Amino acid sequence: MPKRLPRRLFTRLSRLTVVPLVLAATLSGCGSGAQDASPSGTSSDPSAGGGATTLTVFAAASLTGTFTELGKTFEAANPGTTVRFNFGSSATLAQQIVQGAPADVFAAASPATMKTVTDASLAAAPTTFARNTLQIAVPADNPAKVDDLADLANPKIKVALCAAQVPCGAAAVKALDAAGLKVTPVTLEQDVKATLTKVELGEVDAALVYRTDVIASGGKVKGIDFPEAGKAINDYPVATLTKAPAPDLARKFVDLVLSPRGRDVLTKAGFDAP
Amino acid sequence: MTLRARVVVTRPSFHLDLDLTVAPGEVVALLGPNGAGKTTALRALAGLTPVDDGHITLDGRPLHTLAAEDRPVGMVFQDYLLFPHLSALENVAFGPRCRGVGRARARRTALEWLRRVGLEEYAAVRPGRLSGGQAQRVALARALAAEPRLLLLDEPLAALDAHTRLEIRSRLRRHLADFDGATVLVTHDPLDAMVLADRLVVVENGTVVQEGAPAEVARRPRTDYVARLVGLNLHRGAGAGSQVAVGEVSFSVADPVEGPAFVAFSPSAVALYRTRPDGSPRNLWQAVIEGMERHGDNVRVHLEGPLPVAADVTPAAVAELGLTPGQPIWVSVKATETHAYPA
Amino acid sequence: MIRSRRRPHRSQGRPPWLLLLPATLGIAFLVLPLAGLLVRAPWPTMAERLAEPQVLQALRLSLVTATLATLACLLLGVPLAWLLARVTFPGRRLLRALITVPLVLPPVVGGVALLLVLGRRGLIGQWLDETLGVTLPFTTAGVVVAEAFVAMPFLVISVEGALRAADTRLEEAAATLGASRMTVFRRVTLPLVAPGVLAGAVLCWARALGEFGATITFAGNFPGQTQTMPLAVYLALETEPEAAVVLSLVLLAVSVAILASLRDRWTGTA
Repeated sequence: MPKRLPRRLFTRLSRLTVVPLVLAATLSGCGSGAQDASPSGTSSDPSAGGGATTLTVFAAASLTGTFTELGKTFEAANPGTTVRFNFGSSATLAQQIVQGAPADVFAAASPATMKTVTDASLAAAPTTFARNTLQIAVPADNPAKVDDLADLANPKIKVALCAAQVPCGAAAVKALDAAGLKVTPVTLEQDVKATLTKVELGEVDAALVYRTDVIASGGKVKGIDFPEAGKAINDYPVATLTKAPAPDLARKFVDLVLSPRGRDVLTKAGFDAP
Repeated sequence: MTLRARVVVTRPSFHLDLDLTVAPGEVVALLGPNGAGKTTALRALAGLTPVDDGHITLDGRPLHTLAAEDRPVGMVFQDYLLFPHLSALENVAFGPRCRGVGRARARRTALEWLRRVGLEEYAAVRPGRLSGGQAQRVALARALAAEPRLLLLDEPLAALDAHTRLEIRSRLRRHLADFDGATVLVTHDPLDAMVLADRLVVVENGTVVQEGAPAEVARRPRTDYVARLVGLNLHRGAGAGSQVAVGEVSFSVADPVEGPAFVAFSPSAVALYRTRPDGSPRNLWQAVIEGMERHGDNVRVHLEGPLPVAADVTPAAVAELGLTPGQPIWVSVKATETHAYPA
Repeated sequence: MIRSRRRPHRSQGRPPWLLLLPATLGIAFLVLPLAGLLVRAPWPTMAERLAEPQVLQALRLSLVTATLATLACLLLGVPLAWLLARVTFPGRRLLRALITVPLVLPPVVGGVALLLVLGRRGLIGQWLDETLGVTLPFTTAGVVVAEAFVAMPFLVISVEGALRAADTRLEEAAATLGASRMTVFRRVTLPLVAPGVLAGAVLCWARALGEFGATITFAGNFPGQTQTMPLAVYLALETEPEAAVVLSLVLLAVSVAILASLRDRWTGTA
């Protein structure tokens, strides 16, 4: 199949007007992030209004591990129920909800992104259910011998930060400001996973990421605590959505997240209690 | 500049084994039906098709060891293959440029060649805007401008309409006469071969079946293919003096011959009778009319019987004899017009 | 063949609706998102947003890197296409399949793959760093590498198609006139496939211009160094969707303008 088809396809393509092509290329280029996993609608039982069997949860990418586990717990406790997740950048998820994506629960990585949704009157009052603290992530062998935040200001040390537009980047700016440090990173990554990848591959000597991400990396990177991290603690709010197709399940799920069982799972992953 | 070549090319469905000698200034035509291997032989001489065995020498210098671009060969292709992105002048200058001639001199040479083929004023024209005949002349100029010592022409007139063909054929003949190297021409048209070539080499199924001057080949065909090309009835029999026995028919012939022999006669030498004519039983047999068709001013009658034969008769004779397919008829051939020669 | 250049113009009847309907839907599908961008664009603040130095910086970087990447693709891709189209060797089909890998590979994965080879600790990158002191990640050169990696298959496929469609007998004719293989390539093959090369280069350039995933993964994102327009668009989406729309429109307008002018100039068709 790869022999004939593409060639013909592209010679055809090349004859077409360039407008849709460039558009497609531009958009497909932008589509490689995590935001394109939009759910295909939330099904609710048509006969018994309130008896919905599918719960749709939009959650920050950093919650992927913990929420997947909680989802299984929830399904076990509510037989016949299916939990569907849409993990992604909090800002993108908030945009999707504002644009009318059908979701029941939104768990964000920052109050600011949650505010986008509450400002649009699309969510009930949010509750902070977890906190995340920054750590300095270094490659397992720590080649640049980084051991505190001040080392990041050394121009010989390559540093990756999250872009200021995403929560981990905003938190990094706050922590560095609190420490009075001027750091020139080599890159401003689009999300925390990308930042972590650069550390894992040894492309940078250090990065500021969340403790949960360091734990999730399973030993490929080493986390170093630093005192200024206390100035940049990230709150995770969760809320049920006002247009939830399955409002009862949504409330039950938020309760699970806030329960001791939920706290257990989150703590194990490196989150702090609020 | 004598070309001596033995070209062997073996393919799963095809085997070519050809011996060829061409003297300087001589034009040899490879004549044969489609698929006989003529074009393959030409491509092998040019170095475009690898040979499995054999040798090619020009003036004693081996050619078969050289890549196509290093052989002193010029080729005119059946559909000319002029470079569509270059003007006629640039096409003709291509060869000299590749042989290391400077740009200005190559252009002068090219212009001179265009003048010789009468297309000076088309120098700046792209091939797409040339007529078939003009393209053919540019292709010839392009091949000759590279100063080859061996000129190869693959069906040079096949792509032309009948009228253009006549004119181009005589032009080509003049240019070939001026060329002092060896020329090999491939064609399936006997007229082109007769007009253009000094010698014919008839190729069938990858081998040479007959070779000789055009007139000789035309008079004494040695295969059905050649006989058909030159329009003769050809049969093979056993000669004994002035008699040749072909199956149950016995021919009286003009030239005495002994042993295996060919008998050739023109369709116009065949006479048809409703009843058995008087006289010699030789050159006479009974046949059945298989079919009839218009042939020039005459009617060609195809006969079945002991010998398959074509006869040309006048429309008046057809009416007079009341000829119809399936009808039995007596056939005779004039002895004076029956040629016999050793097989 | 030479004479029948002018094709007779067939009188065209009404196009069948079975083709017309999906074609119209196709146009809508491709053009409506563009209309969406235009409608949502914050026109009143447009001028002021465009004046931001970051926008121009990202735009210039995008145009420069996409052009350099296209040149790199031409330099490597045209000979590669020639190899695939003209030389028979064992494993050719496998090679052809491998060359299309960047087409199907998610660009982010492509970026990671590039890091594993050309990164500071990569197979070749390590050597580059130690012997030449060159590191590609987080540099503008790294952007070019990432874009070229993703865009090259478009060029190779397009040029190979053109080479296969070209009449190889013209190359034979050139050989009988004494042209070496290199001369044949330069004076006959390349001019014959020029339209295919151009089409491939345009596709390649467009793909490089829109490249996001491999670029941000391999070269990172730093304004003025590695932040191309698509990266700027993506990050703007996080906080200021309106700014993202503006940036997208700028990228679109500039690329369409450039491609349209090239089209007029090189192919002579409006």
